[in-house]
Amino acid sequence: MNRRTMGKTLLGLAGAAVVALSVGAAAAQDKLKVGFVYVGPISDHGYSYQHDQGRLAVEKTLGDKVSTTYVENVPEGADAERVIEQLAASGHKLIFTTSFGFMNPTLKVAQRYPDVKFEHATGYKRAANVATYSARFYEGRTVVGAIAGKMTKSNVIGYIGSFPIPEVVSGINAFTIALREQNPKAEVRVVWVNSWYDPGKEAEAAKALIDQGADVIVQHTDSPAPIQTAQERGLWSVGQSSDMTRFGPKSHLTAIVDDWNGYYVDRVKAVLDGTWKAVDTWGGFKDKMLFLAPYNPAIPADVVALADTIKADIMSGKRHSFQGPVKDQSGKVVIPEGKSATDEQILKMDWYVEGVQGKVPK
Amino acid sequence: MSLIRLEPRGQASQAMVYATPLLAVLLTLLSGFVLFLLLGFDPMKALHAFFVDPVSSKRGIGELIVKATPLTLCAIGLAIGFRANVWNIGAEGQLTMGAIVGGGLALAFYGEGGWWLLPLMVIGGAAGGMAWAAIPAYLRLRFNASEILTSLMLTYVALLMLNYLVHGPYRDPDGFAFPESRLFEADAVMPILWAGTRVHLGAALALFAVAAGWVLIARTFIGFQIKVIGLTPAAAGYAGFDQKRVVWLVLLLSGGLAGVAGMGEVAGPIGQITPNVSPGYGFTAIIVAFLGRLHPVGILLAALLMALSFIGGEAAQIAMGLPKAITGVFQGMLLFFLLASDVLIRYRVRFGARRAVA
Repeated sequence: MNRRTMGKTLLGLAGAAVVALSVGAAAAQDKLKVGFVYVGPISDHGYSYQHDQGRLAVEKTLGDKVSTTYVENVPEGADAERVIEQLAASGHKLIFTTSFGFMNPTLKVAQRYPDVKFEHATGYKRAANVATYSARFYEGRTVVGAIAGKMTKSNVIGYIGSFPIPEVVSGINAFTIALREQNPKAEVRVVWVNSWYDPGKEAEAAKALIDQGADVIVQHTDSPAPIQTAQERGLWSVGQSSDMTRFGPKSHLTAIVDDWNGYYVDRVKAVLDGTWKAVDTWGGFKDKMLFLAPYNPAIPADVVALADTIKADIMSGKRHSFQGPVKDQSGKVVIPEGKSATDEQILKMDWYVEGVQGKVPK
Repeated sequence: MSLIRLEPRGQASQAMVYATPLLAVLLTLLSGFVLFLLLGFDPMKALHAFFVDPVSSKRGIGELIVKATPLTLCAIGLAIGFRANVWNIGAEGQLTMGAIVGGGLALAFYGEGGWWLLPLMVIGGAAGGMAWAAIPAYLRLRFNASEILTSLMLTYVALLMLNYLVHGPYRDPDGFAFPESRLFEADAVMPILWAGTRVHLGAALALFAVAAGWVLIARTFIGFQIKVIGLTPAAAGYAGFDQKRVVWLVLLLSGGLAGVAGMGEVAGPIGQITPNVSPGYGFTAIIVAFLGRLHPVGILLAALLMALSFIGGEAAQIAMGLPKAITGVFQGMLLFFLLASDVLIRYRVRFGARRAVA
């Protein structure tokens, strides 16, 4: 076989073959074009799925004035910038980049397209045409923690973490504080899978935690695999990002569901009205950016009542997920009595509260 | 007895050797046409959106080059190894180590860089990749351990090390504890070669690697040794060629090139160290090496073709809402048709029971 010459012809011919397929470009549209960039597949039944639900809500409410485009499975590396720029260059005037790793690529593209508006989820850098938004996921974790404190028999909770970033660590802490308020003997064990979506690893992590005695599995990863594992073993679980009841109806206590529908519709409207500003939005239960999936009918009525009270108190401001005194693992009081954690403390959280086993990976 | 047999042809047809890549591309396009038709898209429009639109602008061509750069660098090194029957499957890990060492230098000299920083980073990137490839080389020569397994397993070690570093020592002190390094400063960023695009110095390094790879294989004695060892190890033994030296050479070479590719990614289009340096370039490069027939120029073209299939997949998704999985389907079809054609030019299909062979 002649290795030297075969490859040479390959690409030239490929080019020639396709250049012949000359087709006119699609007609220009007058509608506002809105782009969405997802880190996972929209079929993940979790994080990216919920963002896409938001996109569909925009289509439904404003379909006569806007058209939407999405790109799924975009890696958080050199490729992200190209995808974002491709959207900007093809006439999209509002672009939502929905994962933390898209932060710097979004800013780079935003600099080159000053007339395009960008919205980046879960990041902290803004610009004249870059807004940021996120949900106070930790508020949901507080309610779930209280439920878990009432439901556990073994007093061991298994917690599957994605990456040890503040969003996830603050979730673990909010969960643990509420858990131990109901059940001071309970403790939390964390396994990090270093991925947002990896059903195989997540299932393995769930099994490892169950083998260590956990009877409630909580996850901050996006696949339903931990729910399915908990269901097989006859144990409790809590879903993440979307209602995962159908993957383990016997096991699924509830889920912390992200709800971007209202936010996306509002922001698209703001662009249409000309009132859009590059602000930071960090909304919780009160702002309807998250809610809890329907409770499992097996949860006793008094626990449901407790959960509802906590949720109502968070919404009314009567209760904060991190209200003092909050102690770290060494027993030192980090948030004193009578005070609550500031937003900055939550956004930078890289330590565990008392009751979490192990150390935050550094 | 099976009804269909493959019977070796004495000599592969020279004309067919030239024609099969064309055939594979045409069959892929044809199948793509049918596939789009079945999916309910206008097939001409879809193929146009996939293969033509992405490269019909300066930016698009630039992106094609950016994407082909790490693929070419990795594949050139791998192909030289494959020719010597050294199966380095761990370019992804060597690439990651290159990013860790090369990028680490950018962070170590943050705020005190100069003109010398970038050359130092290139050397560091190459050294990182080489060091990572040296482990499988040593294990193969000392313990006869398969480099396929060791290089592959070391990939996961490198990825975990990267994860550890970006969550710890490399983390941006002002970054709210998020797992990313600082953005590199100007002295530590690859210069842009083509204004208005992201084409960076790495593309020139890749072209240099193509030329150097060709010279090495076609014009040097060591290149001759590599080919002989790959084709007939026994003959190489009789000729007194030093097989150990060749194993070291090809592994260090492929590791070093992969390391430069990784360093070029963090100092180029990414501009910082993140937990996701490469979307699998080191693995895709294996396909590129074989698609390019292990020849440097073939590899360059194959890298551009693979890059086009990635970028085209995105473009088609944006322009027409085609599913992302189409990218994988196209890559799969192309390789399938190419390999199938290869089989058919070397073997003849026979139906029915074997006849007596004279």
